[in-house]
Amino acid sequence: MATRQSFDKALAELQQDVLRMASVVEKSIYNAVKSLATQDPVLAGEVIEGDDVVDEQRYQIEDKIIKIIATQQPMAKDLRILITGIRIVMSLERMADHSVDIARVTMCLADQKLIKPLVGITAMAKLAQQMVKDGLDAYVHNDPDKAREMCQADDEVDHIYHQTFKHLVAYMKRDPSTIGQATYLLFVARFLERIADHATNIGEAVVYQATGERLELN
Amino acid sequence: MAYKITVRDLNLFYRDLQALTNINLDIEEKRVTALIGPSGCGKSTFLRTLNRMNDLIEGVRVEGQVLLDGQDLYGPEVDVVALRKRVGMVFQRPNPFPMTVYDNVAYGPRIHGQKDRRVLDEIVEKSLKSAALWDEVKDRLHKTALGLSGGQQQRLCIARLLAVEPEVLLMDEPTSALDPISTLKVEELIRELKNNYTIVIVTHNMQQAARVSDSTAFFLNGELIEFGDTELIFTSPRDKRTEDYITGRFG
Repeated sequence: MATRQSFDKALAELQQDVLRMASVVEKSIYNAVKSLATQDPVLAGEVIEGDDVVDEQRYQIEDKIIKIIATQQPMAKDLRILITGIRIVMSLERMADHSVDIARVTMCLADQKLIKPLVGITAMAKLAQQMVKDGLDAYVHNDPDKAREMCQADDEVDHIYHQTFKHLVAYMKRDPSTIGQATYLLFVARFLERIADHATNIGEAVVYQATGERLELN
Repeated sequence: MAYKITVRDLNLFYRDLQALTNINLDIEEKRVTALIGPSGCGKSTFLRTLNRMNDLIEGVRVEGQVLLDGQDLYGPEVDVVALRKRVGMVFQRPNPFPMTVYDNVAYGPRIHGQKDRRVLDEIVEKSLKSAALWDEVKDRLHKTALGLSGGQQQRLCIARLLAVEPEVLLMDEPTSALDPISTLKVEELIRELKNNYTIVIVTHNMQQAARVSDSTAFFLNGELIEFGDTELIFTSPRDKRTEDYITGRFG
């Protein structure tokens, strides 16, 4: 007879819960950047309100993990799966917070003409979203190689961030009337760069889950 | 790191049945080493090779070496009684002698020739204090030890060992017959004792092994499967069989 069936079921459910939360967070990042690019305050409002759902998911998942630790005395790989779960939902929750930060910028800039097309910011957002997707994919398949590979995209995000930073500073120097908006856009670039860092943390957590190794991947 | 006990190519047979196969293991001085594994895996048999308790079983044959401070325990010149004084043992069920608390602890020193009442008083007090039992029994030293609780009896057995000044303490599931609070007290005691003694403990309680030991050895079917830092064994074991056992997915 197989031992620990209910425990295995709880671990499988946990993974599903994390994936559900991740899909909400991915959508939140996507909508936040879209709201900025299309200057859509209604969509930005939805992102801001949606954050409560993410917080709620985080606490529910954490509570489940705490209960499993308290009742099942997990060891070895099981313990790593649960610790990884906690780390991933923390990272996801921080990403969602940064989406809200971006949506707030949308609110501030809604009635201003954008000083430039959001090329760098859009590119960073795409990369960051892909990183989140790939990170969760590596999580589901417990694949440390995929996790490491995903983390390499962080260098590209950092590169675009520094380019965008330079461009925006150049705008401000040339025309001080752009300082207000350019500063907001700098923040947005920074938020996206942080989102990519959190995606990297997910990659590191997956490597730990799969192998027990601790890696600094960014 | 100094090794108190070194085991080399140890094989043990009960007549035709091989119970231990090619065990190689180094036990560090003044540390706690836990032996874990399913029933019948050979961990208790291995523990008993460390003070030759298996000698008492008919038909047992031991090959290989067990070195205590570099000296082979199975060498021809070894005095087994003297060995068991250096390497003492605590068993699963507390087994105090049917005599007073005092006489239980003084038993060993008396056997070894100590007759001076004052010296014996000192040994009894010191041993009971080291076993974290003194405060609970100091007013009833001359009453029967059988009136003590299970946890107290087990600590008395530990005090009885300490009275003969051993170097190594072998513990064979020392808390499996105790309630949770007594268990935690004995675990605290083990942590205290490792400052002065080398301890090897067999336990079925995985959390206990994780809590009290510095190193853990996993046995299966008479073989040593994995041996290493307890922290690593319980978070990232290298062998799939160890993983399956400690995560409870065995068989």
